[in-house]
Amino acid sequence: MNLLAIIFVAILANNIVLNQFLGICPYLGVSKRIETSVGMGMAVIFVMTMSAIVTWIVYNFLLEPFGLVYLRTITFILVIAGLVQLVETILKKTNPTLFRALGIYLPLITTNCTILGVALLNVQAGHNIIQTIVYAISVAIGFTIALVIMAGIRERLELANVSSFLRGAAVSLVTAGILSLAFMGFKGMMTL
Amino acid sequence: MDFVAAFVIIGGLGLIFGGLLAYTAQRFAVEEDARVETICDLLPGANCGACGFPGCINFAEKVVKGEAAVDCCVPGGKGVCDNICEVLGVESVASEIKKMAEVYCIGTKDVAYDKFVYHGVPDCKAAMMYGGGFKACKYGCLGLGTCVGICPFDAMHMGANGLPQVDVERCTGCGVCAKACPRGVIRIVNADRTGKVVLCNSKDRGKATRQACEVGCIGCKACVKACPNEAVVVEDNLAYIDSTKCDDCGKCVEACTRDIIKNAVKIALS
Repeated sequence: MNLLAIIFVAILANNIVLNQFLGICPYLGVSKRIETSVGMGMAVIFVMTMSAIVTWIVYNFLLEPFGLVYLRTITFILVIAGLVQLVETILKKTNPTLFRALGIYLPLITTNCTILGVALLNVQAGHNIIQTIVYAISVAIGFTIALVIMAGIRERLELANVSSFLRGAAVSLVTAGILSLAFMGFKGMMTL
Repeated sequence: MDFVAAFVIIGGLGLIFGGLLAYTAQRFAVEEDARVETICDLLPGANCGACGFPGCINFAEKVVKGEAAVDCCVPGGKGVCDNICEVLGVESVASEIKKMAEVYCIGTKDVAYDKFVYHGVPDCKAAMMYGGGFKACKYGCLGLGTCVGICPFDAMHMGANGLPQVDVERCTGCGVCAKACPRGVIRIVNADRTGKVVLCNSKDRGKATRQACEVGCIGCKACVKACPNEAVVVEDNLAYIDSTKCDDCGKCVEACTRDIIKNAVKIALS
């Protein structure tokens, strides 16, 4: 499969948040300010790429040869949780600046469904290792783009004169819906 | 045989990750100074930022490393500074003087005129973006409560007259409100000072002040002449009273044509 097609589809046409509705929790929870949403996005790119590689290795060299494919969900959760914890410990010692920049978001995304979702989707699509890496990075970039756009809109909404019955969570959800509709436009251009 | 393979592989993975985590936890252990946590517990915990660091934990880290002065914590005052010095084993340098915030404006809605009617976001900083604020006086309190919202100690409340009131018992003098006020009408003063104060912030000339407000200081110097102790000075058309010289005789209050000299708010030092 063409790598460019994977990149386009993962970032825009099949955006993980706006079209596949995974990772809605951080999407609404961390999108109050652009600064924090960028931090979250960077942490997701980092963790998603790493976990995709490791889960791909575990799946192809451990689970499949021994006929344990039915255990993939629990195995992936175990692997991702362990991996993130490992990275956090090492990062704290070797690179405190990056550790502080990623901050609370690193442990926060350990149990995020987008991370597990990408690991499972990679397996489902039968990607090879290169495609896996490209797909994981693209999905994470798509997530970051959606998050930053949402944060930009919500920063303006804070100052806007919103009707009292829509204020807060309600108008955020309406905005997310409209944003999702806008991204549906990319679907007509290309699908996998 | 299937379940044996499942058991071995999942269990093995768990063991490997567990072992790796245990190993890295030891190999990459970060030594944290226990004093940081001790000092952080001693601090007020309001994360007000008066010390110049983002939060109490950041100040604690810096003070342990010696990169911050021990008396930086304004809300904590002398008590906290003494405690920090005890933890660090150095001699205390705290000063006894307690600070507090005071609003230098008594221009309520009925005496201070508006230039135009403002219907925007109820926030002083937002209001300042429209022609420098809706009040005719460009030094007076806008009364939209940016200081009330930002006070980390709940010591500011909006009074019925539309001006913020400082709760002297709760105010720690951290200065967050003074920094936030776009008009600079809040000053941090010594909490134990006595005598009279001029509750006006207007540096406009007398005529301009008269047109903007019924109670603004016009810099007429009647108080300067009335004062037997030379405690009053007028700078930039605004009178200031030196609390160290003022003996609370009240002659300036009688002389003031604008009725803006009031008793200083005092709080008993605990």
